[in-house]
Amino acid sequence: MRTEIRICGFGGQGIILAGIILGKSASLFDEKEAVQTQSYGPEARGGASKCEVVISDGKVDYPKVQSPDILVAMSNEALMKYIVDLKDEGTLIVDPGTTDVEDVKDFIEEHNIKVYEAPATKTAIDEIGLKIVANIVMVGAITKITKVISKEAAIKAIEASVPKGTEEKNIKAFEAGYALAE
Amino acid sequence: MSEHKQNRFLPYLREDRLPHIFCPGCGNGAIINAFLAAMEKAEMDFDNIAMVSGIGCSSRIPGYLKCDSLHTTHGRALSFATGLKTANKDLDVVVFTGDGDAASIGGNHLIHAARRNINLTVICINNNIYGMTGGQISPTSPKGSFGTTAPYGNQDAPFKLAELVAAAGATYSARWTTVQIENLVLSIKDGLKNPGFSFIEVATQCPTYFGRKNKLKTPTAMAAVMKANTVFKSAADRMRAKDLEGKIVVGEFANTQKDEFTENLEKISIEKSGSKTVINSAYESEL
Amino acid sequence: MAEEFFIQGNEACAKGAIAAGCRFFAGYPITPSTEIAETLARELPKVGGSFVQMEDEIASAGAIIGGSWGGAKSMTATSGPGISLMQENIGYAFMTETPIVFVNVQRGSPSTAQPTMAAQGDMMQARWGSHGDYEPIALSPSSVQEFFDFTIKAFNLAEEYRVPVFVMADEVIGHMREKIVVEDNIEIVPRKRPEKVDGHIPFENIENGTTPMPAFGDGFNIHVTGLTHDERGYPDTNNPETHDTLIQRICDKILNNKDKICSIKSENCEDADIVIVSYGAPVRSVVEAVRRCDRKVGYIKIDTPWPFPDEQIAELTANAKDVLVVEMNLGQMYYEVDRACKKNSNVHLLGVIGGLLPTPDEILEKIDEIGGN
Repeated sequence: MRTEIRICGFGGQGIILAGIILGKSASLFDEKEAVQTQSYGPEARGGASKCEVVISDGKVDYPKVQSPDILVAMSNEALMKYIVDLKDEGTLIVDPGTTDVEDVKDFIEEHNIKVYEAPATKTAIDEIGLKIVANIVMVGAITKITKVISKEAAIKAIEASVPKGTEEKNIKAFEAGYALAE
Repeated sequence: MSEHKQNRFLPYLREDRLPHIFCPGCGNGAIINAFLAAMEKAEMDFDNIAMVSGIGCSSRIPGYLKCDSLHTTHGRALSFATGLKTANKDLDVVVFTGDGDAASIGGNHLIHAARRNINLTVICINNNIYGMTGGQISPTSPKGSFGTTAPYGNQDAPFKLAELVAAAGATYSARWTTVQIENLVLSIKDGLKNPGFSFIEVATQCPTYFGRKNKLKTPTAMAAVMKANTVFKSAADRMRAKDLEGKIVVGEFANTQKDEFTENLEKISIEKSGSKTVINSAYESEL
Repeated sequence: MAEEFFIQGNEACAKGAIAAGCRFFAGYPITPSTEIAETLARELPKVGGSFVQMEDEIASAGAIIGGSWGGAKSMTATSGPGISLMQENIGYAFMTETPIVFVNVQRGSPSTAQPTMAAQGDMMQARWGSHGDYEPIALSPSSVQEFFDFTIKAFNLAEEYRVPVFVMADEVIGHMREKIVVEDNIEIVPRKRPEKVDGHIPFENIENGTTPMPAFGDGFNIHVTGLTHDERGYPDTNNPETHDTLIQRICDKILNNKDKICSIKSENCEDADIVIVSYGAPVRSVVEAVRRCDRKVGYIKIDTPWPFPDEQIAELTANAKDVLVVEMNLGQMYYEVDRACKKNSNVHLLGVIGGLLPTPDEILEKIDEIGGN
């Protein structure tokens, strides 16, 4: 089965790293195949950021996401821009602290979208004391909600991806995100 | 027939390539002699010298010398030399170039090689004209001089190469002429011994093109003008700019010490790999 | 033990270079290839190698030729505008038979065009970019694993034939992340040193091959020039025979070894009505389209666009009524395929520019269109 995931937000939120962790989890630790791609705009910082991951039981040939099964939005601008590609009955995960699903209410109803709210930014600040780990909190929520990667694989991938010395805080952030969706 | 006296530098030449292509009266022969004398004075191992050159009359010199020589593309000798020296910092790399090669098409490479202070010795033979292509003006042609591409006189101001290279960061930069061979030999010797970027500009005569175009028909006439126009740097430093117009200022423009490029790379290699930068690794089957 | 990584194509290329024995990189920053330089700037010193950021691409090409004669396997990585600047020195490398590797992560072109978007517009430039006659070798990876593998292969071919070799990647492959497996017994081709100084003829006219190459400092006192030279390496510019002998040999050493150099992969071509030919990133879209297509469609993936595998393509398309070339330009390899098919098949083009990988749907539509003829 091929699952297409798009994570979007603004530059600086760690959107790309969140996607890399999903891809790494699937391909190195879950015995699946994965391809991660991202958009490269000319702007340096602060603009829209988009990261895509295709995860499949078999070989991933066409590497790009066309209509995502899962859309994760961490900014309202990105939510409004990318919601239109989401598949019918697809999964939408938003951070209610940085987005407003009311703005895309019509699309959600028309296309039978399953909506999950994961307050990643608030959880990162309140529980970890670090706003910058909101992306890892979101990875926890994605893992729990979509089961596209296993929890064990995600933890291994986080350990292998974050700067040395920050593993513990990041795993804690992941666990907090995983708990959000319980 | 009297016995022909053999030039003492003949063993350094590729005899199977002679005769050479240089015109009668060209300064290149004197400069080759000066280089070889300087090399002996500096007690260099000739077999460890690798030469690099670009395109032009002066760039043909390495082809006549019996050492490894890379005759490259126009203007790019310093970039090839940078790669060669970086790949094997044990080599003594000498670059022969001209005014068009080094300062026009290769001007950017010249200032960047000087900026890096990479341990190369550059001998820039400045005849103020393009000889190989038949007498066009160069970036060092004096204002008002004539060339086939300046039939009404050169309108542009010339570069002062030794000063330019010193300003760009070379640790040794000097200018001499073919009428001060002894100074030139000592200067090349100092350049060869300097563990950094060394630039020796040699003002020379091109009777075939510069001379013919500028009413200096014989090499002797050109040498006389060059001698008359020469001012030592110590004197020039006390002269007014106006009085220095058209003069050739000779002497040293930089003679200092700074970190050298390949030494810096080696330091990083030792720090990161525990050993010096590898040499001749292309021949290894196990790395 | 084999190791696995989930990394970008450009990082895989840098890893492949180091595995192949590359110990010198000179380059200039340019999107979308920069990660190769950045990775090698970090990794080369860890293996005793050297990284130099040059003042421009012309200097980068010169430096790696110098580095190669200095005894180091050498490489640069760039994109279209940079390769354009390097062309004169690329010709010099062919003329002087200098083994080096050029990686071109292709982007939208011509001119500055689309720095962050993919294209395959430099295929003919790799073939004919420098002035004069020469025979290049080029490899086109279509996965991150292949970008690693083909970079190693490029170094091996460069040493084997003493030629510059191009790795013609594109922005898609350069920037995407995938798993690669790095085996622990990677085959590398070391440079052959001439056996003895006395009697060594540095540019000897060996049929279908090359003389071993000494490094500067080995005591061979070799003269290397971009001028037409005789077997000793000495300029001999006005002798038609010297030039003819030299250039023929430089071309023949590749052309006469095409069987060994050319590499393709194919599926279901024997009884296909339509055979799709592609290389690089678009192969991935083609494979997916073929899988989804209910008609008798086969495909050929070209690993080595140069030398062009015309005989293999002629053979595999012999029974196909139609052949479709899918590439990210307005038709470059298309003409080579058309020539190889010798009018046995109708050759069609799906040439996609703009920066996006052709989609499987676009290919399926094109197949329908061909079917309607």
